[in-house]
Amino acid sequence: MSDRKPKEAFSLELLRSGERAEFARLVETYYEMIYRLALKMLNDPQDAEDILQETFTKAYQHIQNFDGRAELSTWLYRIATNEALMHLRRKRPQTFSIESPDYADETAQEPHQILDWRSLPEEELMSAEARTHMDAAIQNLPSSLRVVFVLRDIQGLSTREVGEVLDLTETAVKTRLSRARLRLRAELSSYYSERLEAGRR
Amino acid sequence: MDQQSCRQLLAWLSEYVDGELETKLCAEIDRHLMECENCRIVIDSLEKTIYLYQSVSQRDEVPTEVRERLFQRLKLDEFFEE
Repeated sequence: MSDRKPKEAFSLELLRSGERAEFARLVETYYEMIYRLALKMLNDPQDAEDILQETFTKAYQHIQNFDGRAELSTWLYRIATNEALMHLRRKRPQTFSIESPDYADETAQEPHQILDWRSLPEEELMSAEARTHMDAAIQNLPSSLRVVFVLRDIQGLSTREVGEVLDLTETAVKTRLSRARLRLRAELSSYYSERLEAGRR
Repeated sequence: MDQQSCRQLLAWLSEYVDGELETKLCAEIDRHLMECENCRIVIDSLEKTIYLYQSVSQRDEVPTEVRERLFQRLKLDEFFEE
């Protein structure tokens, strides 16, 4: 399951010539995935909408520079990701990190007793409270890890595509993805284990 | 791989759940998992974590007004369809 839409063929020639109907088709195809990417990165609907608008404005202005070697969706992701990361840098300069992320030791977060919280009912795993906690856990990730997790696991890009979007090697993508996933698992485990124990009391 | 290797396993978990590990290493982890319940729980809960994030994200609806304002901003109003 992913946020990825099926590939659609677009005429680069029409897009480059400024053909508005073709550009409208591009917007219609990809606006949802770009909005969701921005929302997961920034956790603020207004900021996500700003990134969405900025992404397609820039895409329209710079479509001449698109050489067609990558997928159009990858190119759009690259613009949106850059916009989102720049937004974070402006908004939270003290916590922003892309080049030298602050990697904590994930194993240190592991409780001594490992509880199997998967037995919790689905409605509890996805309750409004749980979703708030999940969103907070993503926001607690350094932006360098968050962006990889969102692109790979939520948007459904391949490791290679994430590397293309972020200019990272596949090894770097895998390393960051692993750290992001383990941190989120630790955060969720801590939350759900409390729910599990509360249910037993 | 023995019980003391549980921490080492963490480094390979992500690629293991993606099915991207080399066969030999995969088999080694499979053997470890048969003996180590804690690691089984960690792997299962890691997969569940990914599943939960994917599931809740699918439920994020994009408001119609957001789409409408986007088309307006791009001066594509004539192509906007309810």
